[in-house]
Amino acid sequence: MRFELRSAKGLRIAAWAVVAFLHVPLMLIVLYAFSAEDKSYVFPPPALTTRWFAVAWMREDVWDAIALSFQVALWSTELALLLGTLAAAALARSRFFGRDAISLLLILPIALPGVVTGIALRSAYGNLGIPFSFWTIVIGHATFCVVVVFNNAVARLRRLNPNLIEASMDLGADGFQTTRYIILPQLGSALLAGALLAFALSFDEVIVTTFTAGQQTTLPIWMLQELIRPRQRPVTNVVAVLIIALTFLPILGAYYLTRSDESVQR
Amino acid sequence: MTAAVRLDRVSCVFGSAGREVRAVDGVDLRIEAGEFFTLLGPSGSGKTTCLRLIGGFQLPTDGRIWIGGQDMSHTPPYARPVNTVFQDYALFPHMNIRDNVAYGLMVRKIDRVTRHRKADELLELVELSGVAERRPGQLSGGQRQRVALARALINQPQVLLLDEPLGALDLKLREQMQAELKALQRRLGITFLFITHDQHEALSMSDRIGVFNRGKLEQVGTPQEVYNAPATRFVAHFVGAANVLDGDIAWQLTGRRSATVRPERIRLGKSEGARASGLVQEIQYFGAFTRLRVQVQALQLQVDLQSQEGALAPDAGSTVHLHWDDGAVTELAPEPAG
Amino acid sequence: MNATVLPVRSAGGWQRRLSNLMYTRRGILLLALLAPPLLWFGVVYLGSLFALLAHAFFGLDDFTGQIRYEFTLRNFVDLLEPANVDVAVRSVTMATLVTLSCTVLAFPLAYYMARYCSGPQKAFFYVAVMLPLWSSYLVRLYAWKMLLAKEGAISWLAQALHLQWLLELILSTPAIGGPSLSFSTLGTFIVFVYMWLPFMVLPIQAALERIPPSYLEASSDLGGRPGMTFRRIVLPLALPGIAAGSIFTFSLTLGDYIIPQVIGDSTMYIGQVVYKQQGVAGNLPFAAAFALVPIVVIGVYLWLARRLGAFDAL
Repeated sequence: MRFELRSAKGLRIAAWAVVAFLHVPLMLIVLYAFSAEDKSYVFPPPALTTRWFAVAWMREDVWDAIALSFQVALWSTELALLLGTLAAAALARSRFFGRDAISLLLILPIALPGVVTGIALRSAYGNLGIPFSFWTIVIGHATFCVVVVFNNAVARLRRLNPNLIEASMDLGADGFQTTRYIILPQLGSALLAGALLAFALSFDEVIVTTFTAGQQTTLPIWMLQELIRPRQRPVTNVVAVLIIALTFLPILGAYYLTRSDESVQR
Repeated sequence: MTAAVRLDRVSCVFGSAGREVRAVDGVDLRIEAGEFFTLLGPSGSGKTTCLRLIGGFQLPTDGRIWIGGQDMSHTPPYARPVNTVFQDYALFPHMNIRDNVAYGLMVRKIDRVTRHRKADELLELVELSGVAERRPGQLSGGQRQRVALARALINQPQVLLLDEPLGALDLKLREQMQAELKALQRRLGITFLFITHDQHEALSMSDRIGVFNRGKLEQVGTPQEVYNAPATRFVAHFVGAANVLDGDIAWQLTGRRSATVRPERIRLGKSEGARASGLVQEIQYFGAFTRLRVQVQALQLQVDLQSQEGALAPDAGSTVHLHWDDGAVTELAPEPAG
Repeated sequence: MNATVLPVRSAGGWQRRLSNLMYTRRGILLLALLAPPLLWFGVVYLGSLFALLAHAFFGLDDFTGQIRYEFTLRNFVDLLEPANVDVAVRSVTMATLVTLSCTVLAFPLAYYMARYCSGPQKAFFYVAVMLPLWSSYLVRLYAWKMLLAKEGAISWLAQALHLQWLLELILSTPAIGGPSLSFSTLGTFIVFVYMWLPFMVLPIQAALERIPPSYLEASSDLGGRPGMTFRRIVLPLALPGIAAGSIFTFSLTLGDYIIPQVIGDSTMYIGQVVYKQQGVAGNLPFAAAFALVPIVVIGVYLWLARRLGAFDAL
């Protein structure tokens, strides 16, 4: 692009500026976790300390919230894996009436505002007389996590050489054996990536969760309560740092697993 | 004797009414056990679909397919005594070579020791011992082709299907593999069903050839029959070069309404007794032979002269006199009107 | 090869027979695969969604406050009241502004990534954009709460640069200001842009990557100046990517009720109204009717985006 060489420098500065814009707030949180000041968000922090980490460690409500979020995410991911893979297997290579409609259907839970999904589920639970429980949360989460698994699975299945399936059958393996020995191993890392993303998505979700959780507190709900009515600001900061760390890893993992697949997902 | 494969009025139609594609159209075919049979034709002629029908990857819309005497028209591939060598080899990338080759035995629940031993035996048969531990991605094209072959043989199929297996190889390797495949087939005695669009390959390797055009089987015969006595003008054109004569000039030169003469059966000679005379338009030197294009009235005939010691090709623009034997002429069906 | 006969699997196992059936009748295979997800989505998701939206056509009993299951269009009439129209217009305006700003900010980065980066550098930028996208919404919101606070980093920066007067000027402007940045419309706007920016970068980058460099060279070869090449070639080809990204920025802004509540002053947005109506006010029918507004708006937007080729760029 020789004609643009002169403006390349300006472009590079702009690009880095945007990246900085995206990351500076996150870095600030890490800074604040060490701030000695606990009554306000004064900048720059008067002094640095690590004692808030110990205080946070002692907070039972934090641990309970983490545990709940973790279990919800685990179950939602499993359900999403099952439903998403089945849907992907059906849609990846077939052309049938209604195929686009089904793709749209799977994306709807994420495309429509969370408020709508949340209220819909809540009033449905109310009408059917289902009390709020662990499973009411999981049902909501699984529903919008499906599309994440679905996208990854479809992208990988599209890259799968169909001759491999034919070769397997040719050699004597029926549908079930072919799935087990050929399709699933090929899908493996894409499913893992989808699972990691689904986990991160579920772990972080707050809007639908507030409607479907009743009295239970997941970690995001805990966080939201702290945002509206802060109890111990520094503890919140520490938890925030923890959340950043916990979500970084699955994301990086998912990225490395699907690097060779199409980077743009539907 | 029971045929290895028999196709009985088999059709395979794609698409919906009004926009159908008849990939295979009413084909009758009988392949004998132990034959090296080649399906020959241009792309889209139906030969690949035919192979897939026999392999079970496509189900026929009409007609029946018999393998080893049993009706297997709607049997899935895994239940047919047929194995395939795919055009892109389709080796399983997440398994090593030995496991690839042993796959057919693994799905039949043969124990590991036995199947690994057999896999190694087969790798030796295709002259590829020593790569058993590697992955497909680490092998060359020629090596992968041999692995595909070994993998397809481990189940001792009645029929082996080969879908243009030599297409991706360079010329020298191709010729070598042609000879090896032919020798292998002789040695094993298995029926080979070979697909190619290369007529030279077909002629040199096959016991019999089936020529496909637009979904129909136009001729089945030995290489000699197909070459020397083409049944239709398509076969005449597709297999070897052909001079096709129609109408008045055909009647005049050959006594038939439509006929074909192979370029290499035409000789140059004196004007007495010549079948036709004309002016040399073009001369091409091919080393082993020289190709002339001779204008005879409104027709241009191709003449291939074998290079002889001392004999020179005529100059462009000179008049030549063409001779050929009666037996060199094959009658064709007249061109359909319209 | 020795002629040992291989043991043949009995053809009668149920697994085999089921496999045979699915092979010869593809429809059954498809049905088996699709049944669980479709049942789930049909019953759980669509079912509850339609049940909710059906409520839009019911009303509340004036005395008991309970839902009266009689068909009425009263809710839609109420929607047209000025206060409600205000909320809708405000939300759509905010969503549009956020989308435009995200586009402007995302473009340089996306362009740089698509055409000036390769290999490890591109991977670095990709991860740098992906991480905020997937990391916690609340944490990022929280970070800005701290940044925007009166005693927070931005104030400190304004002081350090002697721009405090500017800050106070902005805050005192009626429509966008507020008591402090962290309780203002401007603050809300900034946070929205920050939140959804990554959603805009990646589709644009993908779309730009698909432009063959030969197009740009041909343009300059034929005498086009950089500005014109940009307007005539790059921008139109990037449009599907912009449209794809805008689907996210637009619909996410339209439905959000947490950010305006945490960062904003007391002006209401669609999300908050819906939330309040179904919660404290106990008026589920009206909440449902109001929820239809963003659904319809997003539906129209999706249709527009599709026309611009967004779905191919997703």
